[in-house]
Amino acid sequence: MQHTVDHTKNIVEVENVSFAYSGEEVLTDITLSIHKGDYLGIIGPNGAGKSTLLKIMLGLLKPTSGTVKLFGQDINRFKQWSRIGYVPQKVVSFETNFPVTVEEVVAMGRYGKRGLFKFPNKEDFQKVTQSLKQVEMLHFRRKQISDLSGGQQQRVFIARALVTEPEIIFLDEPTVGVDIKTQKQFYSLLRKLNQELDLTLLLVSHELDILAHEATELAYINRTLDYYGNPEEFLKGEYFHKLIGKGGLHH
Amino acid sequence: MLNLFQYSFVVRGLEAGIIIALIAPLIGIFLVLRRYSLIADALAHVSLAGVAIGLLLGINPLFTAIASTVVSSFAIEKLRLSKKVYGESALAIFLSGSLAFAIVLISLAHGFSIDLFNYLFGSIVTVKQSDVYIIGVLGVVVLIAIVSLYKELVYVTFDEESATVSGLPTRAINIALVMLAALVVSLAIPIVGVLLIAALIVIPVVTALQFKQSFKKTILTAEFISVFSVISGIFISFYLNLSTGGTIVLIALVVFIITLFAQRK
Repeated sequence: MQHTVDHTKNIVEVENVSFAYSGEEVLTDITLSIHKGDYLGIIGPNGAGKSTLLKIMLGLLKPTSGTVKLFGQDINRFKQWSRIGYVPQKVVSFETNFPVTVEEVVAMGRYGKRGLFKFPNKEDFQKVTQSLKQVEMLHFRRKQISDLSGGQQQRVFIARALVTEPEIIFLDEPTVGVDIKTQKQFYSLLRKLNQELDLTLLLVSHELDILAHEATELAYINRTLDYYGNPEEFLKGEYFHKLIGKGGLHH
Repeated sequence: MLNLFQYSFVVRGLEAGIIIALIAPLIGIFLVLRRYSLIADALAHVSLAGVAIGLLLGINPLFTAIASTVVSSFAIEKLRLSKKVYGESALAIFLSGSLAFAIVLISLAHGFSIDLFNYLFGSIVTVKQSDVYIIGVLGVVVLIAIVSLYKELVYVTFDEESATVSGLPTRAINIALVMLAALVVSLAIPIVGVLLIAALIVIPVVTALQFKQSFKKTILTAEFISVFSVISGIFISFYLNLSTGGTIVLIALVVFIITLFAQRK
């Protein structure tokens, strides 16, 4: 199904957001908007506040000042969470051999939409199958999640994010600890989701070199928003060299 | 050989025991996977204070135990969320605090002798017919609550952050979980006793986890081990004249050890 994307439609609006953690300011006066169809890469050094910003956009942390709007609505009143998918940095429970199959993990994505006290129904199972197909992990459906490789687990988490058919997916450092080949496959999957499904993506990463070639927008954060715009401009512009010069990037 | 079904207290013990055996792993799996199994121990000590209050006031100790553990579970969760103390420290405070309270109450009453001993280590002789009804009704309440919150509990246990983003009321679910744990702990006291209840909640689940199955199959396996341990424990303790609670927990432990060795090969 081909349809045109309204790139002017705001999905996330962050306005003058600051965040302080035990008295110390981690983010200062961040303003940016994510439009429908964008593939935004948020980059910056470790401890620069990238993941904090992502958590503020998801309502997991409350900003010290400033506002966040999701789909035009203030985040404090926002209820349509099934329009948002989330792939967390890492799921801690893994190492303990959490007894859960791939299928069970993906089904979790539907739970918020289904509502309290209701059991998953046929539609939920169909969506689980569909999103496992999208990430090419359907044949692993009955495997234990802990038996999969890091890259395969990451795909399962993307499937879980996809299962509510969201309009935007937030990913927090998704390729930490996976090898180069897996990383490439992972980015080509994201490209496919962004281009073929018109899915808006927001990806937090410290891998500037890859992201600059994949994302359609780039935001460089180091406590403040130092750059926001086109990745090519960033690479050839003075920003990049200035950052390298001041040792802002550790790659 | 004695026919143990001739003794009505054995029948009552079996009835109450099977209900406890069914609900303990249901709550245990979530506590174990959240690395929160110590809360069962902390709540058990709180329940001892509850039992002491009941014995002192002449109220059914089961009621006072339930009231004190449910209130404390809520307080523990609040204290943990306040981030003023670490989660384990919150548990330690309640564990030792309520034990101290219980001891003071016991000394006030100049000791309750045999009665208290039964509540500490569990004895099917303590199970009254009214207890069986209370355990039955509240056991069904716990069962219904866990079944209807099953999917939420699984998600919050696996990945609390993503569960929050998906719009689930994670805080309320966490509080519901500790309150259900409080109920289970109190209900189990007459059978396995204050000092051994945590074992019944934790050991069958830890054993089932060794099989590396899906979440549902893991629960079913834990249920099987738990029911087996309780029934065989009651039989063996009756014929050999041993402590019921201790025998049940030892059987569960033996199953665990056998599983560990069997899985290693």
